Amino acid sequence: MGTTTLSPARNATVAAALGRRRKRIDRLTRILCIAATVIGLAMLASILATLLMRGLGGLSLDVFTRITLPPGSSGGLLNAIVGSLIQTAIGTAIGTPVGLLVGTYLSEYARGSQLGTAVRFVSDVLLSAPSILIGLFVYTVLVDPFGGFSGIAGGVALAVIVIPIVVRTTEDMLQLIPVALREAAVALGAPKWRSIVFVCYPAAREGIVTGMLLAVARIAGETAPLLFTSLGNLNWSLSLTQPMASLPVTIYQYAGSAFDDWVALAWVGALLITFGVLAVNILARLVLRRRG
Amino acid sequence: MRCAQSGAPKSSTDVAGVPLNPDCTNLDRTVPDIAAPAPTARPARRSRAVSGDTIYAAATTTAGVFVLLLLGAIIASLFIGGWPALRAFGPGFIFDTEWDPVQEVFGAGVSIYGTLLTSIMALVLAVPLAFGIAFYLTELAPAWLRRPVGTAIELLAAVPSIIFGMWGFYVIVPLMAQTIQPAVIDTFVDIPLLEDFFAGPPFGTGLFTAALILAVMVLPFIAATMRDVFLTVPAVFKESAYGVGATTWEVMRSIVVPYTRAAVVGGIMLGLGRALGETMAVTFVIGNTNRIATSLFGPGNTIASIVALEFPESPAGSLKLASLLALGFVLFVISFIVLAISRILLRPRAKG
Amino acid sequence: MTATMVAPTLQTRNQAAAPAKIAIRNLDFFYGDNRALKAIDLDFADRQVTGLIGPSGCGKSTLLRCLNRMYDLYPGQRATGEAMMDGQNILAPDIDLNDLRSRIGMVFQKPTPFPMSIRDNITFGVKLHERLSKAAMDERVEWSLGRAALWDEVKDRLDAPAGGLSGGQQQRLCIARSIAVRPDVILFDEPTSALDPISTLKVEELIDELKGDFTIAIITHNMQQAARCADRVAFFYLGEMVEVGTAAQMFTAPRQQRTQEYITGRFS
Repeated sequence: MGTTTLSPARNATVAAALGRRRKRIDRLTRILCIAATVIGLAMLASILATLLMRGLGGLSLDVFTRITLPPGSSGGLLNAIVGSLIQTAIGTAIGTPVGLLVGTYLSEYARGSQLGTAVRFVSDVLLSAPSILIGLFVYTVLVDPFGGFSGIAGGVALAVIVIPIVVRTTEDMLQLIPVALREAAVALGAPKWRSIVFVCYPAAREGIVTGMLLAVARIAGETAPLLFTSLGNLNWSLSLTQPMASLPVTIYQYAGSAFDDWVALAWVGALLITFGVLAVNILARLVLRRRG
Repeated sequence: MRCAQSGAPKSSTDVAGVPLNPDCTNLDRTVPDIAAPAPTARPARRSRAVSGDTIYAAATTTAGVFVLLLLGAIIASLFIGGWPALRAFGPGFIFDTEWDPVQEVFGAGVSIYGTLLTSIMALVLAVPLAFGIAFYLTELAPAWLRRPVGTAIELLAAVPSIIFGMWGFYVIVPLMAQTIQPAVIDTFVDIPLLEDFFAGPPFGTGLFTAALILAVMVLPFIAATMRDVFLTVPAVFKESAYGVGATTWEVMRSIVVPYTRAAVVGGIMLGLGRALGETMAVTFVIGNTNRIATSLFGPGNTIASIVALEFPESPAGSLKLASLLALGFVLFVISFIVLAISRILLRPRAKG
Repeated sequence: MTATMVAPTLQTRNQAAAPAKIAIRNLDFFYGDNRALKAIDLDFADRQVTGLIGPSGCGKSTLLRCLNRMYDLYPGQRATGEAMMDGQNILAPDIDLNDLRSRIGMVFQKPTPFPMSIRDNITFGVKLHERLSKAAMDERVEWSLGRAALWDEVKDRLDAPAGGLSGGQQQRLCIARSIAVRPDVILFDEPTSALDPISTLKVEELIDELKGDFTIAIITHNMQQAARCADRVAFFYLGEMVEVGTAAQMFTAPRQQRTQEYITGRFS
């Protein structure tokens, strides 16, 4: 067997010295990790505090009732807010059904197929692709050929961002549905599509809603893709074929301007968009948690 | 070939999603045999079921193919749109550091350099912090703190990028200009080489400030990914290491990190992919200059920031717009490679 | 039927022959508010094998995890009472856990090779507690793999990843990894339940071979295994220790009705 015999006691002094050293290192890493976490939380706190300090003062009814006006004439953000709502709604309305179908395809029809693997991979890449490129893409296919910037182009660009988010959550949530539930539906003689639409979707409802809310939170704050598509509009316009204002683009234009009242309004807009996005995000988490 | 179980989603595939029997999987997609009742009993209902299933399968498959086409269309549109510039300047476009709208000479060198430099600096700053946060959240934090702290870190990822830009411009830039830069420049003033790295007037804006903002932006993505992959390490492995008397840090270093190495790198690459294409935050603080600065504090440009800043002055059909689209194409290729590597590394571990 | 399985040599051993290495007195264990172990009194005799049997969820694993304080990793789990080893209470809050775990090794149900080479799996634990020269470390690796009856199978590929070994080999590697730290006690939590019969036999032989040097506690669901390996056997049911005795006595003449029913397979 072995070449040494079991000595009854190891060198206690060495073990104790090593133990002290190891515990010091362990304690040091703990402190560093706590420091890292505190730094991360401090960044979030600093951002929120900055928004509150600079934005809260300018918050008034005018912000929601008046449109963007030239410097010095106490305008509001009404057209930007309405424009953002419209484009976000278009993006969600187009992107969610497509994403839902793709997620269903990946979860229910494409298991193990090469096409499914490719679709999943491409969707995941799109999920993290730079949004500015999606703006450029929509510019080349919808803005340039059709003679101008438009609200609908902005909505389409946002829809392209929505799709991969909804795909991911839909597939994940459908995968969580117990096999027994599907088998129960099939055992009753339900065709596959019926079992998906009437059993799986309801069972995954919270997850699908969560994906949609996360997508809304993501696109509501997107600026880069809108610069190339809906452009922004300082006047009141609800036309989908005309340039359309949006909160992020207005913030971008105002924040970099030389006029104090515009900068102040940009901070109000920033406050609104950030707390709105964070609220939707938290709502999405609550919806998912209710699932248990 | 008959396959009695083809309709049950789990029974035709094993846990890893690999088909045990390819025929069953194929049937699963096209022939809804279990869905229909016995053909002799009610042939009418069978035919209706087949058509409903065929339509739904076709609709979802079409949507899947649409996603592939979407990616193809993005690549194609950027390439075609950028073609006039790529043709005019040739492969040198990528390295040329000239960007002169008056002479109509455009090169991507400066912005590619700025993109890579700011992104890599951002990772250098963010990765150790993200690791610390992930370690804290998985192994150290008391149970009641894990969820709120984890959620707060994730919320940092949800803050729109333009907000990071404003925060950077109004909070970080003054801090850099008044405190950090003068201090660093003073520290390295007489040290050769390092002196050049940090030289220049302390404007507060520039490559380093952009990297700092990017680091804060990608931090939550990397931290959340690392936390999720750390959680995949089976408890029994960690217990085995604790069982021979290891400390928490030793378990982390010797068991958790080696076990998850590929996915951790994947998470870092995911952060890199985010940093490369980030637009609004960088646009506010980069300084917008089209020459290569030797100082890390010097101003510069990234692909995304030059596209966002120059686009309004680029009329449709101009060579400048084509150059911007060509830049977009270059950014897409870089991002695609990084994100593809990230996805491959982040794939769930094969069993065993 | 089970009685015939007992090796004759076991019958000569009895409870009083060996002093207790670990003496548990009045141990209670709680998962939050749920009391999972109730007033346990049990001695683990020095350099003998103590088998723990009982249906799933009866508290055997919980008891084992008290002995190396594994429960400390998880919030809401706590133990009260006493578990004395060498004059120290294992359950005391101020005990050095790293040192404790170097003196009490554990082998789990499923093999848990660390994601590193075979050699590094062995040296990982040793390096934590001892500073050895390369030669001494090589010697230790060979010794521990030898004791685990694995040396001949792996001596030519010590630097290969441990994940490449078969399930049975991986489990013996985990045993070697525990031995290498030179603990006084080794805890086995169903060490063969994930192994094939041949590997199981090897591990059982190994346990028998190791008990000359180590105090061993083993959980098993396999009555024959308990009879083959253990000197003394304790039967647990619903968080209580129903009875303890020599293996021979437990399998031939259990004092309690419930023990009788369990070992004859009337419930499980």
